[in-house]
Amino acid sequence: MYSFEFAKPKTIDEAVAALAGEEAQALGGGQTLLPTMKQRLAAPATLVSLNSIPEMIGVCVNDAGHVCIGGATPHAVVAREAAAHYPALAALAGHIGDPAVRNRGTIGGSLANNDPSACYPAAALGSGAVIKTNTRDIAADDYFLGMFETALNEGEIITEVRFPVPQKVNYQKFVQPASRFALVGVFVAKYADGVRVAVTGASSDGVFRWAEAEAALNADFSKAAIDALSPPEGTMISDLHGTDAYRAHLVKVMTGRAVAAA
Amino acid sequence: MPKDHGIGASSKRREDVRFLTGQGRYTDDINLHGQAYVHFLRSDVAHGRLNKVDTSAAEGMPGVIRIFTGKDFEGVGGLPCGWQVTDRHGNPMQEPAHPVLAQGKVRHVGDPIAAVVAETAAEARNAAEAIVLDIEELPAVVDMKKALRPDAPKVHDDLSSNLCYDWGFVEENKAAVDEAFSKAAHVTTLELVNNRLSPNAMEPRVAVGDYNTGTDDSTLYTTSQNPHVIRLLMGAFVLGIPEHKLRVVAPDVGGGFGSKIFHYAEEAFCTFAAKAIRRPVKWTASRSEAFITDAHGRDHVTKIELALDAENNFTAIRTETYANMGAYLSTFAPSVPTWLHGTLMAGNYRTPLIYVNVKAVFTNTVPVDAYRGAGRPEATFQLERLVDKAARELGVDPVDLRRQNFITQFPYATPVAVEYDTGDYNATMDKLLEMIDRDGFEARAAKSKADGKLRGLGINCYIEACGIAPSALVGQLGARAGLYESATVRVNATGGIVVMTGSHSHGQGHETSFAQVVADMIGVPEAQVEIVHGDTANTPMGMGTYGSRSIAVGGSAMVRATEKIIKKAKKIAAHLMEASEGDIELKDGQFTVAGTDKSVAWGDVTLAAYVPHNYPLTELEPGLEETAFYDPNNFTYPAGAYACEVEVDPETGKVTICSFAAADDFGNVINPMIVSGQVHGGLAQGIGQALLENVSYDENGQLLSASYMDYAMPRADDVPFYQVDHSCVTPCTHNPLGVKGCGEAGAIGSPPAVVNAVIDALHRGGMKHVAHIDMPLTPARVWSAMHG
Ligand SMILES: Cc1cc2nc3c(=O)[nH]c(=O)nc-3n(C[C@H](O)[C@H](O)[C@H](O)COP(=O)(O)OP(=O)(O)OC[C@H]3O[C@@H](n4cnc5c(N)ncnc54)[C@H](O)[C@@H]3O)c2cc1C
Repeated sequence: MYSFEFAKPKTIDEAVAALAGEEAQALGGGQTLLPTMKQRLAAPATLVSLNSIPEMIGVCVNDAGHVCIGGATPHAVVAREAAAHYPALAALAGHIGDPAVRNRGTIGGSLANNDPSACYPAAALGSGAVIKTNTRDIAADDYFLGMFETALNEGEIITEVRFPVPQKVNYQKFVQPASRFALVGVFVAKYADGVRVAVTGASSDGVFRWAEAEAALNADFSKAAIDALSPPEGTMISDLHGTDAYRAHLVKVMTGRAVAAA
Repeated sequence: MPKDHGIGASSKRREDVRFLTGQGRYTDDINLHGQAYVHFLRSDVAHGRLNKVDTSAAEGMPGVIRIFTGKDFEGVGGLPCGWQVTDRHGNPMQEPAHPVLAQGKVRHVGDPIAAVVAETAAEARNAAEAIVLDIEELPAVVDMKKALRPDAPKVHDDLSSNLCYDWGFVEENKAAVDEAFSKAAHVTTLELVNNRLSPNAMEPRVAVGDYNTGTDDSTLYTTSQNPHVIRLLMGAFVLGIPEHKLRVVAPDVGGGFGSKIFHYAEEAFCTFAAKAIRRPVKWTASRSEAFITDAHGRDHVTKIELALDAENNFTAIRTETYANMGAYLSTFAPSVPTWLHGTLMAGNYRTPLIYVNVKAVFTNTVPVDAYRGAGRPEATFQLERLVDKAARELGVDPVDLRRQNFITQFPYATPVAVEYDTGDYNATMDKLLEMIDRDGFEARAAKSKADGKLRGLGINCYIEACGIAPSALVGQLGARAGLYESATVRVNATGGIVVMTGSHSHGQGHETSFAQVVADMIGVPEAQVEIVHGDTANTPMGMGTYGSRSIAVGGSAMVRATEKIIKKAKKIAAHLMEASEGDIELKDGQFTVAGTDKSVAWGDVTLAAYVPHNYPLTELEPGLEETAFYDPNNFTYPAGAYACEVEVDPETGKVTICSFAAADDFGNVINPMIVSGQVHGGLAQGIGQALLENVSYDENGQLLSASYMDYAMPRADDVPFYQVDHSCVTPCTHNPLGVKGCGEAGAIGSPPAVVNAVIDALHRGGMKHVAHIDMPLTPARVWSAMHG
C-alpha cells in the first residue's frame, strides 16, 4: 500500500466536494479497494470514506412501498433490517462473504465495483431497482455496462438503492469453492408486470437478464417452464472453477431451483 | 475409568492458554533493536535470462540501506539438498545449483532476484519497485511429460535434461513383476494425478537475522520445524559459519505441515545480510509470497497396475510415476517420491512382487517437497483407488477383496524393503464397520435418492511409515543426515523438571504430551515438568519434527534420558536410606526400600543431588541431569481403515460429505484428545485435497491459484463431524513407549475414501463409465466426468 490522505465527510455534499480533489476515490467497506491497494494495484491520493454519512446508512420503506437502502449500508445491516420487508434481499446480503466482509462491505461499494461474480448486481437488476446517486436516478437496466463497468461518472456516489418488492422471489447462489463468490447466481423475481431473471457469475459481460427464461416464466411461472429451455447462450466465463458449458448449465439449474423456491 | 493424568490421559493442551489468548511468541513478534527490513524483488516470469539488474535508481530511494543481488552471493554457497537419490542405472541424481538470489537465470515465478534492505518494510518495497530488470523471457516447461521431450527448454542449462532421476525399485524385481503380469488372471489399470498442494500454514514464514559484532555470533530467528537442521545446513553449506557461532531459534511456530522443514533462501539471506550491514534484518512473508515461495506438496502423475490370480489374490503391482521437483531441489525433495513413497507400495496387502518406477522432473514451478504425509499419501491414494477399481471390475465387495489380501502375520517383510513390525488390519476394519453402520447404507441411499441425490460409500485402508528413521538405513538410501532424536532431562534442586528436546512443536501439543510421559515415569504432577524446544542454544542437537516422528523418536529419547535420571536418583535414594540400590522402588514420586516402610520423596533426592551434604560423592557426581540420543531400529507402521459417505448432486456435480469415520491403530496413545485432534486436522487436509485444493499453473508457468480467491482451503462447513477411533492397539515392538505416531494418518488415509465414495455414488446412479476423477473433485470436474 502506498501512503494516502484520508477524508471522513459527514454529509453527501462534503463527500462530493472531497471526491472532486485530485485522484480522490470513494471508500465504502474497503473489502475490494483495500486489497487492491495492498497489492499496489490502486494508488488513490485521497480516500473519501462514506461510512460516517448518516443519510447514506440504513434501511427503510418509502411511500411507494419500495425498500430503500442507504448506499453505505453494510451487508450485515441489510441482512438484519431488510428481513421483514424484503426477505430474499436480506438472505442474499446475509450470504455474502464472511462476517467480517458483511460488517464492512456496503451495497454501494458492491454495485459501484460490479464484480461479475457479485451478488448485489443480480438483486438490483432482478428487482428492477433504482440506483440513486448524488446527481440522478439510474434504472438498474441502464446501470450495469459490463464486467466492472457501470453508468457511474467519475466522482459520482451511490447514495441509495430502491428495491420494488416482488410477489415471488428467490436467489440461488452456487458458490465458487475458493472465493465463495457466485460461480453462478440467479435472482428470479415475479412482479405484477412480469418476471425478471438476473444472472451473475456466469458471463464475461457481467450480470445479465436471461430473456428466454423471463418469457417462459411470464407464460408459466414453474420449474417445468425452465426445464424445457436450453441453457442460455452468450459469452460465458471459462476459468479454473468451471468451463463455459458448465456455467451455462448451472444457470439453467439455478434458475429452475429459484423458481421452485420462490 | 479414563486416566486423569500421565500416559493415556486427555490432559488439556497447556500451550493453548498462550496461543488462544494472543500471548504466543511467534517469529514475527520478535523485533530487535536497530532492525532493518528486507523486501525481495521476485521474478514474475517463470523462465528467463537475467541480463541485467539495475539497482542504481533504487539505491537512492528513501530509507534504503543496501541492495543485494545474485552477485553478492557469488562467493557464498547455494541452498543444499539433503538427500541424494541413485537412479536405476546406479548414477546419482542430477543436482542443480540453487543460489540464494538468482544468478544468470530465473526459473519460477517467485524466484528471488534482488533484496532491498531498508529502514522500513514499506521503504524496502518502494525501492524494489525502482529496480530495473532486463529479463529475456524464455519458454517455460510446466507439464512434466513435455519437460522430458528431447527438444524441451532446459530449466538448468548445465544439466543434461530436465530429468532429475529415473528410479527403479526394486530394480532386480522388474523382470519377475513383468512376468507375473503376463500370467495374471486379471489386470486392473489406473492412471491418475495426485494434485499439487500449497501448504498454507496459518503463520506465514518469517526470518530475523542478527549479528553480534562483539562476539562474531550470528543468530537466526525463523519459522522452522527443525532449528538444528537449519543451523547445520545454513552454517555448513551456505554461509560457512561454524555451529558454535550460529544460533537458530524457532519460537512458537504456527503450523508447518512440512513446509517449514526446509532451508529457504530468505533464512540464509537475513543471516548473511545482518552480518553485512551490522544490523538485524527481518523478513515477513506476505500470503501472496507464501503461495510462490513455500515448497508445494504432491504433484505426481501415475500409472499403476495390479495383477491378480484367478482367486483374486494380488500377485504383482507395477507403477510408473512422474514426480514434479519444481525448479530447484528443495531440502528433502528427492526422498519424497522415492523412499517415502516406493517403500509404502505394499500397503496393507500381501503382494509378493512390486516394481515402482519414478521419474523426477524439473519444471519452471515452485519447488515441491514434503507435505503432511510426504510420499505416503501418494502411495496410499494410488493403491487404494486401484484396489477399489479392481473390486468393481471383478464384481466383488471392496472390503472382502481387501481382507482377502491383508497381511496377517507379523513381522512382515514387504517386497519393497521394509519390515512391518506389528499390526492388525482386520481389527481396524472391524472397528470401522462397527462405526459406520454399513448395513444401514442402502436405506440412507434410498433417502438420498428421494431427495434427488446420489449417495456413495468409500472405504479404504492405509499404512504409513513413521518415526523416521534408523540413521544407518537412511544413510544407505541417500540421506545426508542422521535421523535420531535427543533429549536432556534437567532436574532442579527442588524437584522441578525441565526437558530440552530436539523435537519441535508447531501446533502438535508436545508441551503437554511430552510432559505426560516424563511425569508418568517419575510419578510427579505434569505441572512439575516443563518442555523446552526450538532453540539450538539450549537444546541438544535434534532433527526436529516431521514424518510423525516426535513421540516415536523424540519421546523415546526422553524415555531413555528419564531412565538415566531414575537410575541415578535411585542410587542417591539408596544412599539416603542406607539401602542397596537394587531394592529401591520409585512409585508416585516416592522412593521406597522393598519390603520395608522406609521412604524418601522425589524432592529429598533432588535436593540431595544439588546440596550434596549427605551424598556418595566418591561414587557419584552431584547434580541430576541426563541426555540421551535415540536412534530407532525401524520405522513405525500406523495403519487403519477409513470410510466416507457422500452425496452427489447429479444436477451440479457438487459433493457433500455426509460422514467420515477413521479407525486407526497408532500403537499406544499418550493423549487421546491430542491424537483425535491430530486426526481431525489430517482429515481436513485430506478432504481439502480430495475436494477443494489445487495449485494450478498456466502453460507459461504463471500461477493461477495465487490467492485464496482461487485456491480453495477447506472451511469448517466443508467437513463433517468426524468419528475417530484409536482403540485398536498393536504396540510398536521396537520403541520403549510402544507408540507409532499419528500426525499424518488423517491426510494419508482420507483422499481415497472420498474419491472411492464419489465413484461409488456415480456408479449407483448408473454412470458406470466413470472409472476415476482426478482430485480435487470440484463440482465442475464431477459434472464433466458425469457427462464425459
Ligand atoms: C472474502 C470476501 C468475500 C466476498 N464474497 C462476496 C460474495 O459472496 N458476494 C458478493 O457479492 N460480494 C462478495 N465480496 C465483496 C464484498 O461484498 C464488497 O461488497 C465488495 O468488496 C465492495 O464493497 P465495499 O463496500 O467493500 O467497497 P470498497 O472496496 O470500499 O469499494 C469498491 C469500489 O466501489 C467504490 N465505491 C464504494 N462505495 C461507493 C459508493 N457508495 N458510491 C460509488 N462508489 C463507491 C470504491 O471507490 C471502489 O472503487 C467479498 C469480498 C471479500 C473480501
